[in-house]
Amino acid sequence: MNTSRFIETLAADPQPRGMGMGGKFWIAIGLGALLSAVLFATLVGPRADVDEAMHSLWFDMKFVDALLLALPSALLCWRLMRPDARPGSLAVLLVAPFLLLAVAVLIEMSSVPAAQWGAKMIGSNALHCLKVIPALAIAPLAAMIFAMRSGAPAYPVLTGALAGAAAAGIAATLYASNCPDDSPLFVASWYPLATLIVVAAGAIAGDRLLRW
Amino acid sequence: MNIAQENVVADEKWVGMMRAAMAGDEAVYRRLLEEIGRSVRGMARGAFSRARVGDADVEDVVQETLLAIHLKRHTWDGGLRLAPWVGAIARHKIIDAMRRRGARRFEPIEDFEAVLAAPEAEDPHARSDAERLIEHLAPRQRDIVRSISLEGQSITATAARLSMSEGAVRVALHRALKSLAEIWRSASQ
Repeated sequence: MNTSRFIETLAADPQPRGMGMGGKFWIAIGLGALLSAVLFATLVGPRADVDEAMHSLWFDMKFVDALLLALPSALLCWRLMRPDARPGSLAVLLVAPFLLLAVAVLIEMSSVPAAQWGAKMIGSNALHCLKVIPALAIAPLAAMIFAMRSGAPAYPVLTGALAGAAAAGIAATLYASNCPDDSPLFVASWYPLATLIVVAAGAIAGDRLLRW
Repeated sequence: MNIAQENVVADEKWVGMMRAAMAGDEAVYRRLLEEIGRSVRGMARGAFSRARVGDADVEDVVQETLLAIHLKRHTWDGGLRLAPWVGAIARHKIIDAMRRRGARRFEPIEDFEAVLAAPEAEDPHARSDAERLIEHLAPRQRDIVRSISLEGQSITATAARLSMSEGAVRVALHRALKSLAEIWRSASQ
């Protein structure tokens, strides 16, 4: 077929329909997070001493850190759905959760005797953390990938990986209220590992589903 | 005026055309796609010759790019320029095509802005694979695409002939074009 003929086909239907790509993306993220929150509330739930724990700095830091991961990752994803997008200065913000965690670890190490570092790090349920965070990340990750299929990312693998990071951040925000270990030594050892699992899943999904 | 200024002026024109197209103006959309096609053709020819892959199927890349522009037109940020967005899509499709043709050398692809001033007309004898690929669509979709592309029928006429509503034809056409993009992407892999 020659190109002029081909253009006739496209020109027959000039007006795009349906919801804009941005709206779809944020609704998907919201619904995914909501589903995970319901799953968390019914199957896992916050720990027994949550009211008391809320007054402890290290308990609260877990939420701040998880949200610091989720927010810039989601914003970057949203931006990278456009083919001409550059990650830009937002990418620098991805360092924030790791920087905060590193500072917290240093403070913890200076206030806790070295003999206890090992026990703090291993905590009481590391395996639980590695299971619950990826499980709670499934819904937001799937919803985001689905919504992003209407985009045209120049870097599908990276975009998928960032969706994984955003989903892991959302999952960690929920899980943090159940996790009985608040020491930054524990958080720094296991949360990033759980995040990495979800990031890898996101990268694979991006490679398979976000090409266009 | 230097080239950069000329490009800004050209782009303002394109932005206006794209806005009119997205508001429903078929004639303007057709003209815009013709203009974009000529620039993409220049870009693809240059890239193919520098990577030393034959340019016999350059119309395939041009049409694949135009199809992607059509299917992804909602990813253009209306507040930004159009040429960088078109250039990003064209680059993506050209690299994809060269990879499928087994190009090993990846010379840097010319900036789209650089080819804006040197559009290339279509070779009247060049044909793309589109006609053959349309055969792979589901029967109803194939019917609709053929009616509009080969027979040059309007959506209204096609809807009347198939006793469908215009909306249903539009939806079916959109789905058909999406499938066509998929088929194209996997055709020569």
